[in-house]
Amino acid sequence: MTDNPARKIVILGALSAMAVQSARRFAAEGASFTLVARDTALLEREAQDLGARGAARVDIVAADLTDTADADGLLRQAAGKMGGLDTVLLFYGVLGDQARAETDADHAGTIIAVNYSSAAHWVLAAARILEQMDAPAGRVLLTASSVAGDRGRRSNYVYGSAKAGLSVLMQGLAHKWAAMPNAPRAVNLRLGFVDTPMTADVEKTAKPLWATPERIALIVERCVKRPGPPTVYAPWFWRWVMVLIRLMPSPVFNKVNL
Amino acid sequence: MSERFHTERGRRSWGRVVDAEHRIGRAQTPGSVEALFASAKAAGLSTLAFGLGRSYGDSNLNPGGSLIETRGLDRFMAFDAAAGTLRAEAGVSLDEILRVVVPAGFFLPTTPGSRFVTLGGAIANDVHGKNHHGAGTFGRYVRSLTLARSDGAVQRISPETHAELFAATVGGLGLTGIILDAEIALTAIPSALIAQRVEAIRNVDHFFELAEVRAAEHEHTVAWIDCTAQGDRLGQGVFSSGDWASPGGHEAHSGRMGPSLPFDAPAMALNPVTLRSFNALYRWRQLSKPGLSTVHYSGFFYPLDAIGHWNRLYGPRGFYQYQSVIPFDQARDATRAMLERIARSGEGSFLAVLKTFGNTPSPGLLSFPMPGVTLALDFANHGAATLALMRDLDAIVLAAGGRLYPAKDGRMSAHAFQESYPDWRKVEALRDPLISSAFWRRVTHHDG
Repeated sequence: MTDNPARKIVILGALSAMAVQSARRFAAEGASFTLVARDTALLEREAQDLGARGAARVDIVAADLTDTADADGLLRQAAGKMGGLDTVLLFYGVLGDQARAETDADHAGTIIAVNYSSAAHWVLAAARILEQMDAPAGRVLLTASSVAGDRGRRSNYVYGSAKAGLSVLMQGLAHKWAAMPNAPRAVNLRLGFVDTPMTADVEKTAKPLWATPERIALIVERCVKRPGPPTVYAPWFWRWVMVLIRLMPSPVFNKVNL
Repeated sequence: MSERFHTERGRRSWGRVVDAEHRIGRAQTPGSVEALFASAKAAGLSTLAFGLGRSYGDSNLNPGGSLIETRGLDRFMAFDAAAGTLRAEAGVSLDEILRVVVPAGFFLPTTPGSRFVTLGGAIANDVHGKNHHGAGTFGRYVRSLTLARSDGAVQRISPETHAELFAATVGGLGLTGIILDAEIALTAIPSALIAQRVEAIRNVDHFFELAEVRAAEHEHTVAWIDCTAQGDRLGQGVFSSGDWASPGGHEAHSGRMGPSLPFDAPAMALNPVTLRSFNALYRWRQLSKPGLSTVHYSGFFYPLDAIGHWNRLYGPRGFYQYQSVIPFDQARDATRAMLERIARSGEGSFLAVLKTFGNTPSPGLLSFPMPGVTLALDFANHGAATLALMRDLDAIVLAAGGRLYPAKDGRMSAHAFQESYPDWRKVEALRDPLISSAFWRRVTHHDG
């Protein structure tokens, strides 16, 4: 696709199905990875897989990403081991259960802490470090957000509000970097329905709207390699679906069960 | 997470004749297989591993029970280019394996005609390819495999450590447990290209002459037969043989899919007239190519993979595959009798394939290949007429001491199966009690 040098990538939430598929695309080109997620055994499984698929180097870090106390340290260490860092991909999140979140404050707190508070810490830490890096392949910080953050809906507004926070944070970062010469790029994916273990229990009506992790990985690869807009709907048609949903006047919107 | 089952209607296998409701669970990690076994047990459901669904009939379906989809088990575990071995999880497809090993100068030791087969499926059906006369079956290259059973046992088994269970599992149609991963030996290749020879077959006798000569000369051989031809031209077709070419690059096949059939062809698409025209055209096209040429392995081994969902060609009622093998001493007469019966019927396939198997013993108790001649055909499902035709073919095959390929079967009788696979009771004895399939219930009449 390009003849850019192989990338040095940190993946936060490396066990997400979309992260796994994205990593495979970069591994085939000889990228180096630091994979961060909670489960050591499963991380080792991904590390072996990426190694066989052509990764130059794979380090794993078993960590709970809601613990952000030493976010900078972890990223710096990863950069040290890989001999640099040019790409940070943030894929983790929890869907949670809206009904439960309305009665169970702890559950609501978890949804917010995982999808926004901790994500915000990692985004800010990654931004600080990427700004200092010298990377021939071009530096990219990419986050997986959701169209649920585009307009609050009764079926998932706690999750949606956290993703909205993440989206605004990334927008602001992209705005800042747009004004700086030789800055990294910030890309925020607004994902629609993706058929992953996270959504395994969601009933899959309207099947054509469901994307595979492989399809999302193609979009991730394109966003990382080529300059483009800071907000990317994935797949593309969600941009227009969400335009309609955002433009719907409240009296109409409130009658629609979404 | 995903250790639960959801209900799905209309699950079909590749021939699309059987249409059934299942409870479906997805295995994302080796450990989740154990959890899915427990869920199935708790719900009182039998279960069966399901990979990419390329088995044609009902050997990969379990109507009324559950299926454990293994495609999430698609991690490579170790690729040792020095030793030429690969260990990978069972849900990895042959397509993905080739993408990784071809650039390093390796290939599968033998391959079926589709890349869209999982490693576990290739083992469970002990698949074969165009080099069977030299290489034998896929199962011969399995060094070891990890088998999970519903009683919680997870064992690494090999021909040395667990001879019986290994022989029951290779070609064992997924009945002895769920294969989690396997280590296979790869073949070093000088390039990704095949030096191919294409020549005309005049009739059945000519096929037998050519097959004997070319199998001795070439690593890969296969014949396409025009099953609409009759009389002196009965068995006319195209013979192709090939060997790995040297030198050349090691470029893996393209990841881009060709055109795909988006919906069922109308049932009228396949009738005696279109069938004859297609066969004439195909033969002309093949024979108009140069006799000797160098082609990429993808076109040589996987011509049908270029067309996504080609199984829709046969219309909404689907099709049956019919693959038989007949021992050499009876092969010429039996093949002629089968081709005559098919030509008379006016039914028959776009792609009828004829090939000789070699003497290399197959490692599995239920492995299909044996020394002799194999004929593979598709028949669009026209109901009773199609079933009657296949019953007549069964009679020819059984009388000649032959047998049918379970991976492709959707209707053989229990009698036909038990007669030609006498070792089935040994597999039944080692079958995981929670595992069953529509095929197995049909050919053994058990209730599980």
